[in-house]
Amino acid sequence: MTSIVTGASAGSALSGRRRRLAERKSLVPLLLFLPPAVLLFTVFVALPMVDAATFSFFKWNGYGPITDFVGFKNYEDVLTHRNFGTAVRNSLIAVAVSLAIQLPLAMWCAIALSERGVSINVMRTIFFLPFMLAEVAAGLIWKFVYDGNYGLLPAIGGAIGVEMPFVLGDRTWVIPAIMLVITWKYFGFHMMIYIAGLQSIPGEVIEAARLDGVKKWQIVRHIQIPMVRSALVISVFFSITGALQLFDLIIPLSNGGPSHSSHTIVTFLYQFGILRMNLGFGGAVSVLLFIACVVVALAYRRILFRVEHN
Amino acid sequence: MAAASKKRRPAVSPVQWASLVLVAIFVIVPFYTTALGGFKEIGELRVNPFGFPQSWDPIRFIEILGGPRYFSSLMNSFLIAAGTVVLSTLVASMTAFALAHIKFFGSRFLMGYLMLGLLFPSATGILPLFIKMRDLGMLDSHWGIIIVQVAFSVSFAVLLFHNFFKELPKELVDAARMDNCGYIRIYWYVTLPLCLPIIATVGVFNFVGSWNSFLLPLIVLNSEAKYTWPLGIMQFQGQYGSDWPRILAYLTLSILPAIAFFLAAQRFVISGLTGGAVKG
Repeated sequence: MTSIVTGASAGSALSGRRRRLAERKSLVPLLLFLPPAVLLFTVFVALPMVDAATFSFFKWNGYGPITDFVGFKNYEDVLTHRNFGTAVRNSLIAVAVSLAIQLPLAMWCAIALSERGVSINVMRTIFFLPFMLAEVAAGLIWKFVYDGNYGLLPAIGGAIGVEMPFVLGDRTWVIPAIMLVITWKYFGFHMMIYIAGLQSIPGEVIEAARLDGVKKWQIVRHIQIPMVRSALVISVFFSITGALQLFDLIIPLSNGGPSHSSHTIVTFLYQFGILRMNLGFGGAVSVLLFIACVVVALAYRRILFRVEHN
Repeated sequence: MAAASKKRRPAVSPVQWASLVLVAIFVIVPFYTTALGGFKEIGELRVNPFGFPQSWDPIRFIEILGGPRYFSSLMNSFLIAAGTVVLSTLVASMTAFALAHIKFFGSRFLMGYLMLGLLFPSATGILPLFIKMRDLGMLDSHWGIIIVQVAFSVSFAVLLFHNFFKELPKELVDAARMDNCGYIRIYWYVTLPLCLPIIATVGVFNFVGSWNSFLLPLIVLNSEAKYTWPLGIMQFQGQYGSDWPRILAYLTLSILPAIAFFLAAQRFVISGLTGGAVKG
C-alpha cells in the first residue's frame, strides 16, 4: 500500500537527495493517517458486501461453520417469493415518484424562492423542516395523520362529509399514502440543492434577459434549468439511491403491511432475511440490490455521458 | 404581465405565492397537529383536529419527562452521535489529508476504493455486518454502533475533506515543508485550524445521521437501557397502541431538541450541501 514513488510535485523543486529524504519522512505520517479509515471501511463496509455474496450460495442460520452449499437455490427462493415482486415494484414506484413528482415540485419551489428576502427565507426553512426530521418520527407523525380512528384524515373527511378509508390498512391506498410522505419529507432537501445551484447564476444574466423582454418561463427553461445541471445530476442520483434504500420510514408507517403489500426491497430483506436469521436468503436479496445499484450507477453515467456529447 | 418597465417586477407573483402557501400548509399541518395533539383528550382529536385544545394541561408531557425512558434514550443517542462525530472527523480528515497532500503510490486507487461506499446502500451488507459484530462481541454496545457508523461515514467525510484540502493554497504546505515541518505537524497546526468550516459541516451531517439512525441500533441493541431515542419511541408507540395523545406528546418532546439544533446549525447543513458536496 505504502511503497512510495517519486512524484515531482509542481512548485516544490527539491533535489534528488532531499526528495528521498522527504519520502522517508512521509512514510510515518502515511502509516499513521491511512490505516484507521481504510481498516474501518474494509472491515465494516467492504467485507460485509463480499460476505453477503458468499452467504447467498449457502444455507446457513448464522451459527457454526458455513458448509451447506446450495448453489443458486437462494436466488431462486427470492425470485419466486410471493412478496418479492411487490417489494421490487414498490421500490420502483418510489423511484418514479421521486423523479416525476418530487423533483419537479422541488425545482418549481426553488425557482420561486431563489431570490432574497425575509419571507422567502421563512418559506425555505419551512420546506426544509421535514428533511431535518428523523424518518422514524416522520413515519409516526404520518401514522397519526392517516389513523382511521383518531387521525387527521378521517377528521378532515368528516368535516367535508367524505368517508375516508383506513389508508394504511388498505392495500390500494397504502402505497400512494407512503409516496405522499416521501414527497413531504424529501422535496425540501432537493429544493435546497437547486437553490444553491440557482444562486450561482450571476444576477446580471437574468436581469439582462428580463430587460430584453424575455418571458419568465423562457428564462426558466433556457437559463435557470440548464445552469443547475450539476445540482440536478446530484439530486437525481440521491433520489434514486435513496428510494432504493427506503426502510426507516416504512417500518413505523406500515411495517410492510397490510399483508406484506407495502414492503420495499430493504424492508423485505429485514423481514425475511434478518428477523428470521435466514442468511443465505438475505444474502441473495443483498446481492440483487447491489447489482441493481451498480446497474443504476453505470446506466446513469452512460446517460450523462451521452448528454454531455450532444 | 407588465411590460419591462424601470420598476422591477416582484420576483414571485401572487399566484405563485398562493401556491407556495398551500405547499407550506401541507408541510406544516402534520407538525402542528402533533404539537397540539399532546394536549388533547383522545375523543377531541377527531372532532377538533385543528383547533386549540380545551385545556392546556401538560399532564402527559410531565409524565413522559418524569418517566424512565425519555432522558436516558436521548442521552444514549447524544453520546453515540458525539462519539461518531469526533472519531469520524479525526479519521476522515487524516486520510483526506494524506490523499491530498502526500504523494504516494496508489493514492488515486485508494481514493477510488473509499468512494465505492457512496454508491452502494449500506443496507446491503447489514446481515454479514451483524454476524461480524456478533463474532467481535460488539452487539448491544454503544461503542459497537459508534465504530460501525464511523466506518459508514468515511466515504462521504473523506470526499468533503478532500475537496476542501485541494482548494487550500499549496504554498502553505510547501512553505511548512521547507521549514522542515513534518506532515503530522502540518496536519495538526496548519490544515486542521484552516478547515473549521468543513469540520462543522461534516460534523453536523454525521451528528444528524447518527441521531436519526434506526436500522443499525435496531439490529445491534437488545437492552432497553441502551436504546437510542428512535428505538425508545417505537417501543413507546408499541406499548400505548392507539393512545395517540400520549404518543403525540412523546413525539413532540423527541422532535423539539432536534428542531432547535437544526435551526441553529442550518447554515452548516446548507453550506455542506452547496459547498463541498454539490460541486459538479
